[in-house]
Amino acid sequence: MARRALLVAVVLAAVVGADWAGIRFLNPYVYRVLVLCGMNVILALSLNLVNGITGQFSIGHAGFMAVGAYTSAAFTVYAVPPLLGAWGSGGWPAGLAFVVAILVGGAASAAAGFLVGLPSMRLRGDYLAIVTLGFGEIIRVAILNIDAVGGARGFAGVPQRTNLAWVLAVAVFTFFVIRNLMRSFHGRAFLAIREDEIAAEALGVPTTRYKVTAFVIGAFFAGMSGALFSHYTYLHTNSFTFMKSIEVIIMVVLGGMGSLTGSILGAILLTAMPELLRFASAERLIIYSLLLIVLMIARPQGILGRREISLRALTPWRRARPTPVA
Amino acid sequence: MQELLQQLANGVAWGSIYALIALGYTMVYGILRLINFAHGDIYMVGAFTAYFIARAMGAGVGLQPSPLLAAIVLLGAMIVCALLGMLIELLAYRPIRRSSRLTALITAIGVSLFLENAGIRFFGADPKFFPQVIAPKTVMLGGGVIVTNHQITVVVVSVLLMIGLTLFVQRTRTGKAMRAVSFNRDAASLMGIPVDRIITITFAIGSALAAAAGVLVGLTNPKIEPLMGIMPGVKAFVAAVLGGIGSIPGAMIGGLLMGISEYLVVGYISSTYRDAIAFVILIIVLLVKPAGLLGRNVAEKV
Repeated sequence: MARRALLVAVVLAAVVGADWAGIRFLNPYVYRVLVLCGMNVILALSLNLVNGITGQFSIGHAGFMAVGAYTSAAFTVYAVPPLLGAWGSGGWPAGLAFVVAILVGGAASAAAGFLVGLPSMRLRGDYLAIVTLGFGEIIRVAILNIDAVGGARGFAGVPQRTNLAWVLAVAVFTFFVIRNLMRSFHGRAFLAIREDEIAAEALGVPTTRYKVTAFVIGAFFAGMSGALFSHYTYLHTNSFTFMKSIEVIIMVVLGGMGSLTGSILGAILLTAMPELLRFASAERLIIYSLLLIVLMIARPQGILGRREISLRALTPWRRARPTPVA
Repeated sequence: MQELLQQLANGVAWGSIYALIALGYTMVYGILRLINFAHGDIYMVGAFTAYFIARAMGAGVGLQPSPLLAAIVLLGAMIVCALLGMLIELLAYRPIRRSSRLTALITAIGVSLFLENAGIRFFGADPKFFPQVIAPKTVMLGGGVIVTNHQITVVVVSVLLMIGLTLFVQRTRTGKAMRAVSFNRDAASLMGIPVDRIITITFAIGSALAAAAGVLVGLTNPKIEPLMGIMPGVKAFVAAVLGGIGSIPGAMIGGLLMGISEYLVVGYISSTYRDAIAFVILIIVLLVKPAGLLGRNVAEKV
């Protein structure tokens, strides 16, 4: 227990330290790219739970992100001032309100995930994929028609609270939750569904419940990523078209389906690559798409496949942990 | 009543374009089980090819609009896109045919992004105005419905192409081979059907139909730009799923249904909901009939 508390403290210190150093030593452009990398890491990890680990095919992740982004922004703009008054505009009360806003975004998105997960009872493969795509687009168009959150004008006036520390903290939280989940009893159930749904069902895994659960958890984290996004930059539904969902899928597939560290790698690479190719201005997106095709032909299982990068493999002087007997 | 008929007429014209694009999706899916995301962009390339052919021939500068010009432009765009489709299949899809479905999907997305960005780079991001290849005229139908001769051309050309396709698939040896490959690729290959060649032909036909759709859109909606294929591409795919993916009549029905419902939403609710209605209908249909309207329900083997 003490060890765990220490670990959390160390991680928090590292995250805050990274932000402190980032503001002072990096130029604002690099800092911004890092923040976007962090948000995409959260998205890729959460989509990996649905697509890579549970083997369901969802292409509506941007919709969940949109739900989280708009609910949390609406919470900060409409609910925080009456509750906290002048306190809510800065200092630790504002920070606390932001934590609540992130959780509200995640919860709203999880509710949407439950709704989207329901058809997975009846639909499989490409049909499920196209329905998730449809839900994503319906969510986007619905938000576009809500005037209280700006509609087609975009939602202006959301206080900018997100910085690198917040993004990294949520990313680390996402990673550990999904990693621990995968090592648990429930995680094995998700994997069993991916490997063979019929066999899993026959062995007594309640497949429908686990599939819906995967959608709900995936949506929860995507909603948190959306909340970070809406408190960072201009908020408009154009950021959540199905192209955004596809971008996240590319990150997951490129990193390696089912590999968590692969998703992190894929998200960072795909966020950074268009920036690194900026020297080729007009041609950069052409190069980017060609690289994508070549990578898929040369390494269809993604960069890491199903393997993980582990600290233990990088630090051979540490004693190997005894493998738990299943 | 007149309003309703008017929206139906507009919906049928727009739906025929969806149907033409949906046919390409459904044919490729039927044979390769691949969602060819680049298909919407081939439609865009079709529109631009037609634009350049028409400009090169002098349309909009000196040449008068005529049905002959329209036919040449249409055929030219269809041939160029058929070649493009074959090239894409050869370079991008053939090497990954044995890989997982998701890998294939990402490759298709890569091709789609490539065509869009190459389009922005070489055609320019600003919209172009499609030259008039047929002089516009309005036609009164019964019941006070007004349509343009362009809309009539769209419907007539689409129907002719669909009849041609149905005859080809049902009556020729190649069509029979296509059905066989779509039914069971390995068995077809064992029966001596040249699977690779059939797949190439399928891509050529699908791409040519998408190009025709692009030209017809240029005719009725004369503003073309490199990203014009994204939304129609997605909706045509939805139309194909709605009708039952892999089924050619299903794609036609799905496309028409989608076009009509969009115009009804625009006419009676609000144009801001236009992009959502397609998906609402899709979800309702799939929850009732998980394999689409005309799709076959495949029994699950344990």
